[in-house]
Amino acid sequence: MKSVLEVKSLYVDLPLPAGMLHAVRNVSFHVNQGETVSLVGESGCGKSMTALAVMNLLPRKGVRRAEVLSFEGRDLMKIDDSKMADIRGNKMAMIFQEPMTSLDPCYTIGNQLEEAILQHRKVSTAEARDRAVFLLEKVGITAAESRLKQYPHQLSGGLRQRVMIAMGLMCGPSLIIADEPTTALDVTIQAQILSLLASLQQEFEMGLILITHDLGVVSRTADRLAVMYCGEVVETGTTEEVFDNPIHPYTRGLMDCIPVPGKTKPGEKLGSIPGMVPTPIGELTGCSFRNRCPSASPDCARTETRLIEISPGRAYRCLLSPEACAVEWNRA
Amino acid sequence: MIVYTLKRLGLAALVAITVSIISFMLIRLSGDPAIALAGENATSEQIEFIRIQYGFDRPLVIQYLDWAHRALQADFGESPYFQQPVTRIIGDRIGVTLKLGVMSLIFAVAVSIPMGVLASIRPNTWIDRIALSISVMGQAMPSFWFGLIMIIVLGVWLRLLPISGTDSFAHYIMPTIALGYYGIPAFMRLTRSGMLEVLSSDHIRTARAKGLRWGKVLFKHALRNAIIPVVALAAVQLGFMLGGSIVIESVFALHGIGYLAWESIGRRDLPVVQAIVLLLSMIFVALTLLSDIINAFLDPRIRVK
Ligand SMILES: Nc1ncnc2c1ncn2[C@@H]1O[C@H](COP(=O)(O)OP(=O)(O)OP(=O)(O)O)[C@@H](O)[C@H]1O
Ligand SMILES: [Mg+2]
Repeated sequence: MKSVLEVKSLYVDLPLPAGMLHAVRNVSFHVNQGETVSLVGESGCGKSMTALAVMNLLPRKGVRRAEVLSFEGRDLMKIDDSKMADIRGNKMAMIFQEPMTSLDPCYTIGNQLEEAILQHRKVSTAEARDRAVFLLEKVGITAAESRLKQYPHQLSGGLRQRVMIAMGLMCGPSLIIADEPTTALDVTIQAQILSLLASLQQEFEMGLILITHDLGVVSRTADRLAVMYCGEVVETGTTEEVFDNPIHPYTRGLMDCIPVPGKTKPGEKLGSIPGMVPTPIGELTGCSFRNRCPSASPDCARTETRLIEISPGRAYRCLLSPEACAVEWNRA
Repeated sequence: MIVYTLKRLGLAALVAITVSIISFMLIRLSGDPAIALAGENATSEQIEFIRIQYGFDRPLVIQYLDWAHRALQADFGESPYFQQPVTRIIGDRIGVTLKLGVMSLIFAVAVSIPMGVLASIRPNTWIDRIALSISVMGQAMPSFWFGLIMIIVLGVWLRLLPISGTDSFAHYIMPTIALGYYGIPAFMRLTRSGMLEVLSSDHIRTARAKGLRWGKVLFKHALRNAIIPVVALAAVQLGFMLGGSIVIESVFALHGIGYLAWESIGRRDLPVVQAIVLLLSMIFVALTLLSDIINAFLDPRIRVK
């Protein structure tokens, strides 16, 4: 299968008044054509930063570095800003977490949709319009023609997110990054948007990076996933592997937080992970999960953790062996 | 949009009526107008004669309605000092003031908006510092003092520009700078802070994610959003400038209505003062209305429901 995106040892640093924030640390993953890869983790673990680093849209002063950051064989660390702008919105599109504020209030939906294709393709405005109508219908918006003349404030959040998806598809990208596309929406609309994304991805054979903190969503849509904690990947593998056989205590903790049909009995208490994600500012040593980990030992503060590969594409980050992880978890 | 415009128009009319009542009352409250008109050595018969001649003996409401009715037909009576219709006196001079006001506004906008944009895309750099210093200086310096400094440096020492009068375009340069500079700090700060806010907003990130070029992101998406509050401020600021023109016109001896107002106050030429107060207020009301309408064009959230 053709690889679309290859990320190896990605770091993102952000200077803050309190010190240097290491928002993303040594993150590696890849996305193949037509494949959905999920980045999962709690709020603040660096998912958005990872995505923004790939798009080269980091906040001012944010710095990224990586051993490999290549998109369709092109080294994104080396190409200049205007070449990167040629890729953005064209070959690589992003859908954001905040549909309410992600559209420009001063321009019509039509204007903003057409703009995306006029920037990259030599098409007439009429052709751009047709494309916009076609995609608005594709994302399930009725009366697409008349929507073009509407302004963002006239649309609901769900509709705006559909518009954002249509906008991402304008140039037929080979990779879509969806950063928590449903977090801001009603539960009923969440499911619609997600299945829409999945079906579009199948239809257009795009790679999809689905960022979420909802493991339920991951289990339904992702082929592979990377669990992130405090800027690092702590476990990765195919969705099946990770769900059937989670290794890292953090992954296990996350799994305990979601009800499983057939397994979770009515009235049974769901798990939760005590404590909060530490902010990775300044010098960092040892395992970042140790303060919340039920299996932590004094070693965890002293020894650097490494991502240990147990089979191709399957890895976890812990000092303990997979078996020891399981034993410790069941004891706790 | 039509409903919005009508609403604003109604509001403007209400404000205009209120302002006209206030400017009518101001003169009545500043002492007995008949005594003021008659002069210091007048006998009580003379005062009484003037009172009846000018209709000051009638009830206030009637006086106001009569005055307003005539004002609507651009009839503000006769100036006792000039022995001429007030409308003609003002008509002769308003051109100078409007020219000065419009040129100052253009100058202020042309300087402050590009500077505000530059400062916002390079915050905390030397460009930003320069912009900030210019705006702080503008706020700290009284405009008459700045005008005098310019007269000394550009007019007297360097002999580059004429220091008074209205004969040529060159005569307007220093007054325009002095008056325009007065508006720069507010415009620039609002542009800078507005741009900074918009540039870090989500929809700018979307625009960049589309692969749009920097210029397009900056001017099509960022400035368009940031300029909306600036337009609202422009009306208020131009109002201040009209007020400021009284000072500037005096400093540079420009014979506009500002200078006229200042002289007429000294001469107790009440009909002229009253007409100027009313005129300036009406210009201000009209500008506010204009900026509301421009804003509705710029901001679809106002225009379309
Ligand atoms: N503009 C910013 N300025 C300073 N710190 C930031 C900024 N954006 C993010 N951070 C910090 O960077 C870290 C990673 O943030 P990121 O947005 O990638 O998290 P996330 O996983 O996307 O979380 P969420 O689920 O809340 O979106 C967090 O500690 C966050 O506080
Ligand atoms: Mg995020």
